[in-house]
Amino acid sequence: MSPRFATFAIAALGLLAAGLPFIGLTVPGLFEGPLNSPGTLNLLGLCFVFGALALTYDIVFGFTGLLSFGHALYFAVGVYVTAIALVRWHWSLPQALALTALVALVLPLALGAVCLRVRDIPFAMVTLAFAEAASILVLQNPYGLTGGEEGLALGSGVLPAGLIGVANTAHLYWIATGVLAATGAIGWWAVHSPPGRVWQAIRENERRVAVLGLNPYAYKLASFVLSGFLAAVAGVAYLLLQGGANPQITTANFTLVLLVMVVLGGVGTLWGAVIGGIVYEYLDFRLLEFSNGSGLQDLPAVLRVPLSEPLFILGVLFIVLVLFLPGGLGGLLRHVPRRLPRPSG
Amino acid sequence: MSANGALLHVHDLRVTIGESQILGGVSFQVREGGITGLLGRNGVGKTTTLRGILGLVPRTGKVTLAGEELTALPVHSIVQRGVGYVPEDRDVFGGLTVEENLRLAERADSEHRYALIYELFPELRERAAQRAGTLSGGQQQMVALARALLNASNRILLIDEPTKGLSPLMVKRVADALQRAAQIATILLVEQNLAVARHLASDVVVLDQGSVVFAGDVAALVDDPALARRYLGLSAAGSGH
Amino acid sequence: MSTIVLLLVTGLGLGALYFLVAAGLSLIWGLMRVLNFAHGAFFTVAAYAGFFAATALPASPWLQWFVGLLAGILAGGVFAVLTEIILIRPLYRRPVGQVLVTVGLALATLALVEGAFGSDPRQVTLPDWMNATTTLLGAAIPNTRFVVLLLAGLVLAGLLFFLQRTRYGLIVRAGVENRSMVSALGIDVERAFTLVFAIGGMAAGLAGVLGATYYGTIDPSRGTTMLISAFIVVVIGGLGSITGSALAAAIVGLLQQFLNFYAAAGVGDFAVVILLAGVLLLRPGGLLGGPAT
Repeated sequence: MSPRFATFAIAALGLLAAGLPFIGLTVPGLFEGPLNSPGTLNLLGLCFVFGALALTYDIVFGFTGLLSFGHALYFAVGVYVTAIALVRWHWSLPQALALTALVALVLPLALGAVCLRVRDIPFAMVTLAFAEAASILVLQNPYGLTGGEEGLALGSGVLPAGLIGVANTAHLYWIATGVLAATGAIGWWAVHSPPGRVWQAIRENERRVAVLGLNPYAYKLASFVLSGFLAAVAGVAYLLLQGGANPQITTANFTLVLLVMVVLGGVGTLWGAVIGGIVYEYLDFRLLEFSNGSGLQDLPAVLRVPLSEPLFILGVLFIVLVLFLPGGLGGLLRHVPRRLPRPSG
Repeated sequence: MSANGALLHVHDLRVTIGESQILGGVSFQVREGGITGLLGRNGVGKTTTLRGILGLVPRTGKVTLAGEELTALPVHSIVQRGVGYVPEDRDVFGGLTVEENLRLAERADSEHRYALIYELFPELRERAAQRAGTLSGGQQQMVALARALLNASNRILLIDEPTKGLSPLMVKRVADALQRAAQIATILLVEQNLAVARHLASDVVVLDQGSVVFAGDVAALVDDPALARRYLGLSAAGSGH
Repeated sequence: MSTIVLLLVTGLGLGALYFLVAAGLSLIWGLMRVLNFAHGAFFTVAAYAGFFAATALPASPWLQWFVGLLAGILAGGVFAVLTEIILIRPLYRRPVGQVLVTVGLALATLALVEGAFGSDPRQVTLPDWMNATTTLLGAAIPNTRFVVLLLAGLVLAGLLFFLQRTRYGLIVRAGVENRSMVSALGIDVERAFTLVFAIGGMAAGLAGVLGATYYGTIDPSRGTTMLISAFIVVVIGGLGSITGSALAAAIVGLLQQFLNFYAAAGVGDFAVVILLAGVLLLRPGGLLGGPAT
């Protein structure tokens, strides 16, 4: 894809995404209601949030080569810190966001500084362990802050009026779209900046970077903090769209799902990760609808049980992709232009 | 057995690791019996050639042993066909005892080879229960050579710089052991010490920049200072005796 | 005093379960450099296989329990071997791909078990003796703790015998150090890969059934919890070291039990994570491992 075409395509997609709430079309098979119905907009908003989240994970995993198993933790910071400040302490939204931003900078900085003292699998393990500790903490419901297994609903009166109610879904959708666009822009800028090139050099060969007189530790920490902070931003958008926090997003399984998203789209390409996140969330949602639908009830149990578990279908799909399509969906698309004849001129 | 009496044929061996081509089509033969030297400056691909023959690195080309093609076989099958390997850094299993290192290399017919090994390297019997990682470099080399000699069905031994980093006394012992080994198997020997190579090898193959630049009698190479300088570097010339 | 004894035995029993899962993980990692996320799935599938095998059989509770145990071991072993042959083997040249397929398998299996049997815990029936307690130094200790400890001890002894005294054990130990040199000695190291998966799967399967015995219930999600604890145990003990895993499993189990009891619920789990971070930073190779590479 030529840069000019890419810019044009992204601009066109952006315009389409932003204008969606004004389009009353129905797309049979793809979405239940018309495009501007609250249900469709909410689903698309969630898809965009996960696209953004997958992109932040791709910065640290795909571009810097750090196999972190604790990324869910930073997403959870965005979700839970904001929710606790709003619901438990009755802060205003700007105050809550300021606190979240602070935690989202300090926590990845502190934990990253510790975790990055080790490499490879030990790094994966220690990030997993910290995330697991946070997950335990959330479930323990300390001082009644997190709501434990119940989670934390935003309820009425904690958010500005424009962000509440089915009628205002478009606003939430626009926030999600904005978060995706901003994350995409920052991510693109970061990986193309001089430090971003060093990240990719670290991914290929860390020792060579050290030989060049650069300090890989500082660059890795920068990547870790940036991706952690952006994940928290995605977490805030998720909280608003969902209207609450739930402990599922803190678990190790959730980080594994993130890994699935990134690999689904293609490791080390930003737009691949975004596609992976969007496709995953869309499939997850639609498969759940499908499994609750009437079509499956007539099937024998051997077929009905596996087909009614979205995570089973996605897990199997993921295995098939890893085995037969190592580049992910992004890799598949990347090959398409090569197969097409070049336009003349 | 091929018509001209060569035991090992290497034809157009190419190895590419990452972006860089290490071997760009190496072809040579190793005559049955005795020691053939594989020489060349540092980094010309001698070690990679040995690893390529064994399939330890991904490669293309053709390798045959006594007429049987080895190229498509997995590493362990190539070794089972009679190719022994003594790697550059000895690669003994440091956490295992000397005895366990040897036991790993044992085959059904290894029993009588122990006599030879303990005759050459009596230390190995004395230190049987010692962890190989705590041995000196020379002793580790003995373990590595012994592992290759234990397999009586080995027809050719690929031996990579066995005297590297050893004391003069130990170099002499290793050289003597190689001479004994050459009576029971063909040896393809990578050797930087030109005096040792001149002493042991009858034929030599010289690599430069990933391909063969000379193949023939060792004397023709080493005793011609101009040739030796060209292919083996300045330091080699004059050190032949 | 009696509380301490109870916590001690219970903590060691928990550690025994961790060890059974960690042993296979450690061997698989050591020999193949595969971080096996599917190991928790072996545990879960075996727990359910044991449960259904036992309940399908109209026999005495002891015989049922025993059949369930065998069925669990068998299920874990078969599942692991199939995983190695079908999913891991085609990816020998792509290490990250190997980790990823095990992640996919873990997620898919968990979802399938949940879909088929529901996510609620199921009560297992045990022989009466196992529901009773034995008084030891004044503490009434559930007999299941002894069963778990005994069987895990047997597995530890068996694994050490296998590694130290058999030819395949020798190959595994050598392969943990330098895989390609093992094949350069003419040994088909890939057969050892299948073997460690079989051993690891059977141990995890045994843990699945013993977990049911220990807790009295089975549910789909315990495998994941076990997996994470076992990861922590393997890293603390040193990747590839069986004795290290056993030692670390005991430490982790005891730490969890004592702190969860004396401090507050959850503090023990938290402390284990801090311990892991500390060990990784001070001794990156683990307690009994070499320096990390």
